[in-house]
Amino acid sequence: MRSPFVKGLYHGIPIALGYLSVSFGFGIMAVRAGLSVLEAVLISVTNLTSAGQAAGVGIIAASGPYIEMALTQLLINLRYALMGISLSQKLDDKFHTPQRLITAFGITDEIFAVSSAQEGKVTPAYMYGMIFISFCGWSLGTLLGAAAGSILPGALTDAMGIVLYGMFLAIIIPPARQHKSVLLVVCLAAAFSVAFYYVFTAVSSGFAIIFSAIGASLIGAWLFPVADEAGKEAA
Amino acid sequence: MTLDMKVLSYIAVMAGVTYLIRMLPFTLFRREITSPFFKSFLYYVPYAVLAAMTIPAIFYSTGSVMTAAVGALVAFVLAWFNQPLIVVALSASAAALLAGFIF
Repeated sequence: MRSPFVKGLYHGIPIALGYLSVSFGFGIMAVRAGLSVLEAVLISVTNLTSAGQAAGVGIIAASGPYIEMALTQLLINLRYALMGISLSQKLDDKFHTPQRLITAFGITDEIFAVSSAQEGKVTPAYMYGMIFISFCGWSLGTLLGAAAGSILPGALTDAMGIVLYGMFLAIIIPPARQHKSVLLVVCLAAAFSVAFYYVFTAVSSGFAIIFSAIGASLIGAWLFPVADEAGKEAA
Repeated sequence: MTLDMKVLSYIAVMAGVTYLIRMLPFTLFRREITSPFFKSFLYYVPYAVLAAMTIPAIFYSTGSVMTAAVGALVAFVLAWFNQPLIVVALSASAAALLAGFIF
């Protein structure tokens, strides 16, 4: 069988392709906001996050205070803290402090979701493979978008916008089809998210995701407790 | 290729805060969680996060609700039949692109 690193690379391909299209848009946006190509790429290689970067560019463009920048990043990216705790339960024995320090940089929604969906524990090499290819997609997309955003036909860049969401559906639908508990949690989270999007519009998108996910997961844990890792099938 | 010092400080704040949020809980949390409730909660979080991120945002992801709905439908059907992530993701995009030529 393939080495864990190559397996990670392979599992990261859809993430990298999705990132390529999303960060392409970020690159265009950053340059429009007055940043140079180098600055746009520097943001992507040091942050590796979509919503936080988009908000950050807005604050830079408006010359907002540093504290606003720090608080905005804290709030939008707070979900990574939750994901980090969740992922910490799936780590193989090869994970010591250095491996954790490196892997922490690559905790994104997509990398977390794909690695969480793996059977059993994950190894550092597997995580590095997935993070590496995703990082390349994210950085390259930003560079291309910032440097040449206006060259590609609009129809193509528009259609690329759905790639990541298609991948999300591919992650959540099979388990939701199999387990009533996951189906309930997924439907609740989607319903809460729709409510925030159309009704409680004062809540920013980062908070809406946090509230929806926490609410749906709490209800799921309350109604359908999962016995242990092996008990997932029984849920 | 310019690099403004003020922009550089902003980027340092962004990157620093974002890394700390990711690193601190992930590195410091070493215990095995035993609470069945908390374990169950953590088991559901990734699915809930993705569902909340996808609905309704997927319908606004291509600039046209019609093409996005076609892409979403194709993704839903392929995911229902357990197709690999990359197949579902790219087929959704291809369907949205083709739908764009019709609508």
